[in-house]
Amino acid sequence: MTDGSHTPPPERDEALEAVLGNLLRTGVIVAAAVVGAGGVYLLIGRGGWIPDFRSFQNGGSPLRSVPLILRGAFALRADAIVQTGLLLLIATPVLRVVFSLFGFAHKRDWLYVALTLIVLCILAVGLSGVQTWNAFK
Amino acid sequence: MSYIVLSSLLFAGSLLAGLLGALTGLGGGVVIIPLMTLAFGIDIRYAIGASLISVIATSSGAAAAYVREGYTNIRIGMFLEVATTLGALGGAALAGVLSTGVIAVVFGLVLISSAFQSLRASHDVSGALQPDGAALRLGLNGTYPLGGRRQPYNVTGVAPGFGLMIIAGGLSGLLGIGSGAVKVIAMDRIMRIPFKVSTTTSNFMIGVTAAASAGIYIARGYIVPELAMPVMLGVLAGSLFGSRLLVAVRTTFLRKLFAFVVFALASEMIFNGITGKI
Repeated sequence: MTDGSHTPPPERDEALEAVLGNLLRTGVIVAAAVVGAGGVYLLIGRGGWIPDFRSFQNGGSPLRSVPLILRGAFALRADAIVQTGLLLLIATPVLRVVFSLFGFAHKRDWLYVALTLIVLCILAVGLSGVQTWNAFK
Repeated sequence: MSYIVLSSLLFAGSLLAGLLGALTGLGGGVVIIPLMTLAFGIDIRYAIGASLISVIATSSGAAAAYVREGYTNIRIGMFLEVATTLGALGGAALAGVLSTGVIAVVFGLVLISSAFQSLRASHDVSGALQPDGAALRLGLNGTYPLGGRRQPYNVTGVAPGFGLMIIAGGLSGLLGIGSGAVKVIAMDRIMRIPFKVSTTTSNFMIGVTAAASAGIYIARGYIVPELAMPVMLGVLAGSLFGSRLLVAVRTTFLRKLFAFVVFALASEMIFNGITGKI
Protein backbone atom coordinates (compact mmCIF):
# COMPACT_ATOMS: atom_id res chain seq x y z
CA MET A 1 0.00 0.00 0.00
CA THR A 2 2.75 2.43 -0.86
CA ASP A 3 2.98 4.92 -3.68
CA GLY A 4 4.42 2.06 -5.71
CA SER A 5 0.95 0.52 -5.98
CA HIS A 6 0.05 3.27 -8.44
CA THR A 7 0.23 2.42 -12.09
CA PRO A 8 1.17 5.42 -14.22
CA PRO A 9 -2.05 7.35 -14.85
CA PRO A 10 -3.01 8.38 -18.39
CA GLU A 11 -1.23 11.50 -19.47
CA ARG A 12 -3.07 14.72 -18.75
CA ASP A 13 -4.28 16.45 -21.89
CA GLU A 14 -3.68 20.13 -21.13
CA ALA A 15 -4.44 21.28 -24.68
CA LEU A 16 -7.88 19.63 -24.57
CA GLU A 17 -8.49 21.03 -21.07
CA ALA A 18 -7.71 24.56 -22.32
CA VAL A 19 -10.01 24.19 -25.34
CA LEU A 20 -12.89 22.83 -23.23
CA GLY A 21 -12.42 25.55 -20.61
CA ASN A 22 -12.51 28.33 -23.20
CA LEU A 23 -15.51 26.79 -24.94
CA LEU A 24 -17.54 26.58 -21.72
CA ARG A 25 -16.65 30.14 -20.72
CA THR A 26 -17.46 31.61 -24.15
CA GLY A 27 -20.74 29.70 -24.36
CA VAL A 28 -21.97 30.94 -20.99
CA ILE A 29 -20.94 34.56 -21.73
CA VAL A 30 -22.64 34.60 -25.15
CA ALA A 31 -25.80 32.92 -23.81
CA ALA A 32 -26.00 35.32 -20.84
CA ALA A 33 -25.53 38.32 -23.18
CA VAL A 34 -28.36 37.18 -25.48
CA VAL A 35 -30.66 36.40 -22.51
CA GLY A 36 -29.77 39.77 -20.94
CA ALA A 37 -30.44 41.72 -24.15
CA GLY A 38 -33.74 39.90 -24.70
CA GLY A 39 -34.58 40.46 -21.04
CA VAL A 40 -34.14 44.23 -21.20
CA TYR A 41 -36.29 44.28 -24.33
CA LEU A 42 -38.88 42.10 -22.57
CA LEU A 43 -39.04 44.45 -19.55
CA ILE A 44 -39.39 47.54 -21.75
CA GLY A 45 -42.19 46.00 -23.78
CA ARG A 46 -44.13 44.11 -21.11
CA GLY A 47 -43.04 45.51 -17.73
CA GLY A 48 -46.62 46.37 -16.75
CA TRP A 49 -48.04 42.98 -17.77
CA ILE A 50 -49.71 41.02 -14.94
CA PRO A 51 -48.58 37.42 -15.50
CA ASP A 52 -50.14 34.29 -14.03
CA PHE A 53 -47.73 31.42 -13.55
CA ARG A 54 -49.70 29.77 -10.76
CA SER A 55 -50.88 26.83 -12.78
CA PHE A 56 -50.04 24.98 -15.91
CA GLN A 57 -53.62 25.31 -17.21
CA ASN A 58 -52.72 27.50 -20.16
CA GLY A 59 -50.28 24.83 -21.33
CA GLY A 60 -46.94 26.46 -20.64
CA SER A 61 -44.66 28.38 -22.93
CA PRO A 62 -45.64 28.33 -26.61
CA LEU A 63 -41.94 28.64 -27.51
CA ARG A 64 -41.26 24.93 -27.41
CA SER A 65 -39.55 23.99 -30.66
CA VAL A 66 -36.29 25.18 -32.18
CA PRO A 67 -37.75 26.45 -35.51
CA LEU A 68 -40.49 28.33 -33.65
CA ILE A 69 -37.98 29.93 -31.27
CA LEU A 70 -35.60 30.97 -34.07
CA ARG A 71 -38.41 32.34 -36.24
CA GLY A 72 -39.58 34.47 -33.31
CA ALA A 73 -36.05 35.69 -32.65
CA PHE A 74 -35.59 36.74 -36.28
CA ALA A 75 -38.86 38.61 -36.01
CA LEU A 76 -37.26 40.34 -32.97
CA ARG A 77 -39.79 39.06 -30.45
CA ALA A 78 -38.33 39.66 -26.98
CA ASP A 79 -39.41 36.33 -25.44
CA ALA A 80 -38.04 34.40 -28.43
CA ILE A 81 -34.68 36.22 -28.12
CA VAL A 82 -34.47 35.15 -24.46
CA GLN A 83 -35.40 31.58 -25.41
CA THR A 84 -32.68 31.63 -28.13
CA GLY A 85 -30.16 32.57 -25.44
CA LEU A 86 -31.38 29.61 -23.38
CA LEU A 87 -30.91 27.31 -26.40
CA LEU A 88 -27.33 28.61 -26.74
CA LEU A 89 -26.79 27.84 -23.06
CA ILE A 90 -28.10 24.28 -23.46
CA ALA A 91 -25.89 23.87 -26.55
CA THR A 92 -22.74 24.82 -24.59
CA PRO A 93 -22.22 21.56 -22.65
CA VAL A 94 -23.36 19.59 -25.71
CA LEU A 95 -20.62 21.27 -27.79
CA ARG A 96 -18.19 20.43 -25.01
CA VAL A 97 -19.01 16.73 -25.53
CA VAL A 98 -18.50 17.11 -29.31
CA PHE A 99 -15.08 18.69 -28.73
CA SER A 100 -14.14 15.92 -26.27
CA LEU A 101 -14.93 13.47 -29.08
CA PHE A 102 -12.36 15.17 -31.33
CA GLY A 103 -9.87 15.19 -28.45
CA PHE A 104 -10.23 11.45 -27.77
CA ALA A 105 -10.14 10.62 -31.51
CA HIS A 106 -6.94 12.64 -31.87
CA LYS A 107 -5.33 10.53 -29.11
CA ARG A 108 -6.70 7.35 -30.76
CA ASP A 109 -8.46 6.57 -27.50
CA TRP A 110 -11.19 4.51 -29.16
CA LEU A 111 -12.82 3.33 -25.92
CA TYR A 112 -13.51 6.94 -24.99
CA VAL A 113 -14.53 7.83 -28.54
CA ALA A 114 -17.20 5.12 -28.15
CA LEU A 115 -18.28 6.33 -24.68
CA THR A 116 -18.51 9.93 -25.95
CA LEU A 117 -20.61 8.79 -28.93
CA ILE A 118 -23.00 7.02 -26.55
CA VAL A 119 -23.41 10.24 -24.53
CA LEU A 120 -24.02 12.20 -27.75
CA CYS A 121 -26.72 9.70 -28.79
CA ILE A 122 -28.45 10.05 -25.41
CA LEU A 123 -28.25 13.85 -25.71
CA ALA A 124 -29.69 13.64 -29.23
CA VAL A 125 -32.67 11.64 -27.91
CA GLY A 126 -33.30 14.25 -25.20
CA LEU A 127 -32.86 17.23 -27.49
CA SER A 128 -34.91 15.71 -30.30
CA GLY A 129 -37.61 15.43 -27.65
CA VAL A 130 -38.10 19.07 -28.60
CA GLN A 131 -39.59 17.81 -31.87
CA THR A 132 -40.99 14.38 -31.09
CA TRP A 133 -42.93 15.43 -28.01
CA ASN A 134 -44.89 17.92 -30.11
CA ALA A 135 -45.55 15.31 -32.78
CA PHE A 136 -47.45 13.21 -30.22
CA LYS A 137 -49.86 16.00 -29.32
CA MET B 1 -47.97 41.74 -9.27
CA SER B 2 -46.68 43.28 -12.49
CA TYR B 3 -44.01 41.51 -14.50
CA ILE B 4 -41.33 44.12 -13.81
CA VAL B 5 -41.80 43.69 -10.03
CA LEU B 6 -41.93 39.88 -10.24
CA SER B 7 -38.78 39.66 -12.37
CA SER B 8 -36.89 42.11 -10.13
CA LEU B 9 -37.79 40.11 -7.01
CA LEU B 10 -36.90 36.84 -8.76
CA PHE B 11 -33.57 38.31 -9.87
CA ALA B 12 -32.76 39.46 -6.31
CA GLY B 13 -33.78 36.12 -4.80
CA SER B 14 -31.78 34.19 -7.40
CA LEU B 15 -28.75 36.38 -6.80
CA LEU B 16 -28.86 35.51 -3.10
CA ALA B 17 -29.51 31.83 -3.84
CA GLY B 18 -26.56 31.70 -6.24
CA LEU B 19 -24.31 33.43 -3.72
CA LEU B 20 -25.25 31.11 -0.85
CA GLY B 21 -25.20 28.09 -3.15
CA ALA B 22 -21.62 28.83 -4.19
CA LEU B 23 -20.45 29.59 -0.65
CA THR B 24 -21.92 26.43 0.83
CA GLY B 25 -21.47 24.09 -2.12
CA LEU B 26 -25.16 23.17 -2.18
CA GLY B 27 -25.87 24.96 -5.47
CA GLY B 28 -28.51 27.57 -6.24
CA GLY B 29 -31.28 25.25 -7.41
CA VAL B 30 -32.09 23.97 -3.95
CA VAL B 31 -33.41 27.41 -2.90
CA ILE B 32 -34.74 28.65 -6.24
CA ILE B 33 -37.51 26.05 -6.50
CA PRO B 34 -38.91 26.58 -2.96
CA LEU B 35 -38.59 30.36 -3.45
CA MET B 36 -40.61 30.30 -6.67
CA THR B 37 -43.27 27.85 -5.49
CA LEU B 38 -43.68 28.85 -1.82
CA ALA B 39 -43.10 32.62 -2.01
CA PHE B 40 -44.51 33.42 -5.48
CA GLY B 41 -46.98 30.57 -5.94
CA ILE B 42 -45.47 29.66 -9.31
CA ASP B 43 -46.27 26.17 -10.69
CA ILE B 44 -43.49 23.78 -9.64
CA ARG B 45 -42.91 22.69 -13.26
CA TYR B 46 -42.02 26.25 -14.29
CA ALA B 47 -39.77 26.51 -11.23
CA ILE B 48 -37.99 23.26 -12.14
CA GLY B 49 -37.51 24.50 -15.73
CA ALA B 50 -35.98 27.79 -14.59
CA SER B 51 -33.78 26.03 -12.05
CA LEU B 52 -32.54 23.53 -14.67
CA ILE B 53 -31.43 26.47 -16.83
CA SER B 54 -29.63 28.16 -13.94
CA VAL B 55 -27.90 24.87 -13.11
CA ILE B 56 -26.47 24.65 -16.66
CA ALA B 57 -25.22 28.24 -16.46
CA THR B 58 -23.47 27.99 -13.08
CA SER B 59 -21.96 24.56 -13.63
CA SER B 60 -20.58 25.46 -17.06
CA GLY B 61 -19.18 28.75 -15.75
CA ALA B 62 -17.47 27.09 -12.79
CA ALA B 63 -16.31 24.08 -14.83
CA ALA B 64 -14.50 26.41 -17.24
CA ALA B 65 -12.18 27.52 -14.43
CA TYR B 66 -11.73 24.09 -12.79
CA VAL B 67 -10.85 22.33 -16.07
CA ARG B 68 -8.01 24.75 -16.70
CA GLU B 69 -6.65 24.33 -13.17
CA GLY B 70 -6.27 20.60 -13.83
CA TYR B 71 -8.51 19.22 -11.05
CA THR B 72 -11.25 17.86 -13.30
CA ASN B 73 -10.82 14.26 -14.48
CA ILE B 74 -12.30 14.44 -17.99
CA ARG B 75 -12.26 10.65 -18.42
CA ILE B 76 -14.16 9.95 -15.18
CA GLY B 77 -16.57 12.72 -16.21
CA MET B 78 -17.15 11.30 -19.68
CA PHE B 79 -17.60 7.75 -18.38
CA LEU B 80 -20.09 8.74 -15.68
CA GLU B 81 -21.96 11.04 -18.06
CA VAL B 82 -23.22 7.90 -19.80
CA ALA B 83 -25.00 7.12 -16.51
CA THR B 84 -26.17 10.64 -15.61
CA THR B 85 -27.58 11.50 -19.07
CA LEU B 86 -29.44 8.18 -19.24
CA GLY B 87 -30.88 8.86 -15.79
CA ALA B 88 -31.76 12.43 -16.78
CA LEU B 89 -33.89 11.22 -19.71
CA GLY B 90 -35.74 8.89 -17.33
CA GLY B 91 -36.20 11.63 -14.74
CA ALA B 92 -37.52 14.13 -17.30
CA ALA B 93 -39.96 11.51 -18.59
CA LEU B 94 -41.14 10.85 -15.00
CA ALA B 95 -41.63 14.59 -14.41
CA GLY B 96 -44.38 14.57 -17.03
CA VAL B 97 -46.23 11.69 -15.37
CA LEU B 98 -45.99 12.36 -11.63
CA SER B 99 -48.33 14.82 -9.92
CA THR B 100 -46.86 18.11 -8.68
CA GLY B 101 -47.54 17.04 -5.08
CA VAL B 102 -45.41 13.88 -5.46
CA ILE B 103 -42.62 15.89 -7.12
CA ALA B 104 -42.71 18.38 -4.23
CA VAL B 105 -42.40 15.57 -1.64
CA VAL B 106 -39.47 13.92 -3.50
CA PHE B 107 -37.84 17.33 -3.83
CA GLY B 108 -38.18 17.96 -0.10
CA LEU B 109 -36.66 14.58 0.80
CA VAL B 110 -33.69 15.10 -1.55
CA LEU B 111 -33.22 18.58 -0.08
CA ILE B 112 -33.09 17.26 3.48
CA SER B 113 -30.48 14.65 2.58
CA SER B 114 -28.47 17.36 0.75
CA ALA B 115 -28.55 19.56 3.84
CA PHE B 116 -27.25 16.70 6.00
CA GLN B 117 -24.56 15.86 3.44
CA SER B 118 -23.31 19.44 3.40
CA LEU B 119 -22.75 19.37 7.16
CA ARG B 120 -20.63 16.22 7.12
CA ALA B 121 -16.88 16.68 6.87
CA SER B 122 -15.23 15.27 3.78
CA HIS B 123 -12.66 12.55 4.32
CA ASP B 124 -9.84 12.31 1.86
CA VAL B 125 -8.86 8.68 2.16
CA SER B 126 -7.66 8.00 -1.38
CA GLY B 127 -4.06 7.45 -2.37
CA ALA B 128 -3.81 4.20 -0.41
CA LEU B 129 -5.97 2.17 -2.78
CA GLN B 130 -4.93 -0.88 -4.76
CA PRO B 131 -5.49 -0.41 -8.49
CA ASP B 132 -8.97 -1.60 -9.45
CA GLY B 133 -9.35 -3.74 -12.61
CA ALA B 134 -12.29 -1.88 -14.11
CA ALA B 135 -10.77 1.51 -13.29
CA LEU B 136 -7.51 0.46 -14.99
CA ARG B 137 -9.27 -0.77 -18.13
CA LEU B 138 -11.24 2.49 -18.32
CA GLY B 139 -8.16 4.58 -17.53
CA LEU B 140 -9.95 6.40 -14.71
CA ASN B 141 -6.97 6.85 -12.39
CA GLY B 142 -5.33 10.26 -12.60
CA THR B 143 -3.37 12.99 -10.89
CA TYR B 144 -4.34 16.32 -9.30
CA PRO B 145 -2.45 19.40 -8.09
CA LEU B 146 -1.35 19.09 -4.44
CA GLY B 147 1.32 21.23 -2.85
CA GLY B 148 3.04 22.24 -6.09
CA ARG B 149 3.18 18.75 -7.63
CA ARG B 150 0.67 16.33 -9.10
CA GLN B 151 -0.56 13.69 -6.68
CA PRO B 152 -1.60 10.39 -8.31
CA TYR B 153 -4.79 8.63 -7.18
CA ASN B 154 -6.58 5.35 -7.87
CA VAL B 155 -10.32 4.90 -8.26
CA THR B 156 -12.44 1.96 -7.09
CA GLY B 157 -16.11 0.85 -6.95
CA VAL B 158 -16.69 1.58 -10.64
CA ALA B 159 -19.89 -0.49 -11.11
CA PRO B 160 -21.80 0.65 -7.97
CA GLY B 161 -20.62 4.23 -8.58
CA PHE B 162 -21.96 4.09 -12.13
CA GLY B 163 -25.28 2.70 -10.90
CA LEU B 164 -25.70 5.46 -8.32
CA MET B 165 -24.92 8.08 -10.96
CA ILE B 166 -27.95 6.88 -12.97
CA ILE B 167 -30.06 7.76 -9.92
CA ALA B 168 -28.26 11.11 -9.55
CA GLY B 169 -29.05 11.89 -13.20
CA GLY B 170 -32.66 10.80 -12.69
CA LEU B 171 -33.13 13.18 -9.76
CA SER B 172 -31.54 15.97 -11.79
CA GLY B 173 -33.96 15.38 -14.68
CA LEU B 174 -36.96 15.06 -12.37
CA LEU B 175 -36.23 17.99 -10.05
CA GLY B 176 -34.11 20.40 -12.13
CA ILE B 177 -31.23 20.38 -9.66
CA GLY B 178 -27.57 19.37 -9.90
CA SER B 179 -28.18 16.59 -7.31
CA GLY B 180 -24.73 17.13 -5.87
CA ALA B 181 -25.58 15.15 -2.71
CA VAL B 182 -26.05 11.83 -4.53
CA LYS B 183 -22.98 12.49 -6.67
CA VAL B 184 -20.89 13.06 -3.55
CA ILE B 185 -21.97 9.67 -2.17
CA ALA B 186 -21.16 7.96 -5.48
CA MET B 187 -17.86 9.66 -6.19
CA ASP B 188 -16.41 10.33 -2.70
CA ARG B 189 -17.65 7.40 -0.66
CA ILE B 190 -17.95 4.60 -3.24
CA MET B 191 -15.41 5.42 -5.94
CA ARG B 192 -13.06 7.06 -3.37
CA ILE B 193 -12.15 9.92 -5.71
CA PRO B 194 -10.18 12.71 -3.93
CA PHE B 195 -12.56 15.44 -2.71
CA LYS B 196 -11.31 18.26 -4.93
CA VAL B 197 -11.36 16.01 -8.01
CA SER B 198 -14.85 14.63 -7.29
CA THR B 199 -16.43 18.06 -6.68
CA THR B 200 -14.92 19.61 -9.82
CA THR B 201 -15.65 16.55 -11.97
CA SER B 202 -19.22 16.39 -10.65
CA ASN B 203 -19.58 20.07 -11.57
CA PHE B 204 -18.20 19.32 -15.04
CA MET B 205 -20.93 16.70 -15.58
CA ILE B 206 -23.88 18.71 -14.27
CA GLY B 207 -24.23 20.85 -17.44
CA VAL B 208 -24.37 17.86 -19.79
CA THR B 209 -26.76 16.02 -17.47
CA ALA B 210 -29.10 19.01 -17.35
CA ALA B 211 -28.85 19.50 -21.13
CA ALA B 212 -30.11 15.93 -21.65
CA SER B 213 -33.41 16.75 -19.93
CA ALA B 214 -33.61 20.43 -20.98
CA GLY B 215 -34.79 19.51 -24.49
CA ILE B 216 -37.72 17.60 -23.04
CA TYR B 217 -38.53 20.49 -20.68
CA ILE B 218 -38.58 22.98 -23.57
CA ALA B 219 -40.76 20.66 -25.65
CA ARG B 220 -43.33 20.49 -22.84
CA GLY B 221 -43.38 24.26 -22.39
CA TYR B 222 -41.90 24.06 -18.85
CA ILE B 223 -39.16 26.55 -19.73
CA VAL B 224 -40.79 29.97 -19.78
CA PRO B 225 -38.43 32.73 -21.00
CA GLU B 226 -40.10 35.34 -18.77
CA LEU B 227 -39.20 33.31 -15.64
CA ALA B 228 -35.95 31.68 -16.75
CA MET B 229 -34.40 35.06 -17.67
CA PRO B 230 -34.24 36.68 -14.19
CA VAL B 231 -33.47 33.35 -12.50
CA MET B 232 -30.60 32.41 -14.82
CA LEU B 233 -28.98 35.86 -14.73
CA GLY B 234 -29.44 36.19 -10.97
CA VAL B 235 -28.04 32.77 -10.04
CA LEU B 236 -25.13 33.19 -12.48
CA ALA B 237 -24.17 36.61 -11.08
CA GLY B 238 -24.58 35.40 -7.48
CA SER B 239 -22.48 32.27 -7.95
CA LEU B 240 -19.70 34.17 -9.76
CA PHE B 241 -19.60 36.65 -6.87
CA GLY B 242 -19.79 33.80 -4.35
CA SER B 243 -16.86 31.89 -5.84
CA ARG B 244 -14.74 35.07 -5.59
CA LEU B 245 -15.76 35.52 -1.94
CA LEU B 246 -15.15 31.87 -1.11
CA VAL B 247 -11.46 32.37 -0.34
CA ALA B 248 -12.15 35.27 2.04
CA VAL B 249 -15.13 34.04 4.05
CA ARG B 250 -15.29 31.46 6.82
CA THR B 251 -18.00 29.12 5.62
CA THR B 252 -18.60 26.86 8.64
CA PHE B 253 -21.25 29.08 10.24
CA LEU B 254 -22.78 29.95 6.87
CA ARG B 255 -22.97 26.28 5.94
CA LYS B 256 -24.89 25.46 9.13
CA LEU B 257 -27.24 28.39 8.66
CA PHE B 258 -27.91 27.50 5.04
CA ALA B 259 -28.46 23.83 5.88
CA PHE B 260 -31.05 24.94 8.45
CA VAL B 261 -32.81 27.19 5.90
CA VAL B 262 -32.83 24.36 3.35
CA PHE B 263 -34.22 21.98 5.98
CA ALA B 264 -37.06 24.38 6.78
CA LEU B 265 -37.86 24.94 3.09
CA ALA B 266 -37.79 21.18 2.47
CA SER B 267 -40.24 20.54 5.31
CA GLU B 268 -42.64 23.11 3.92
CA MET B 269 -42.35 21.61 0.42
CA ILE B 270 -43.18 18.15 1.81
CA PHE B 271 -46.08 19.50 3.88
CA ASN B 272 -47.54 21.40 0.92
CA GLY B 273 -46.98 18.40 -1.36
CA ILE B 274 -48.88 16.07 0.99
CA THR B 275 -51.74 18.51 1.66
CA GLY B 276 -52.08 19.16 -2.07
CA LYS B 277 -51.19 22.86 -1.94
CA ILE B 278 -48.50 22.48 -4.63
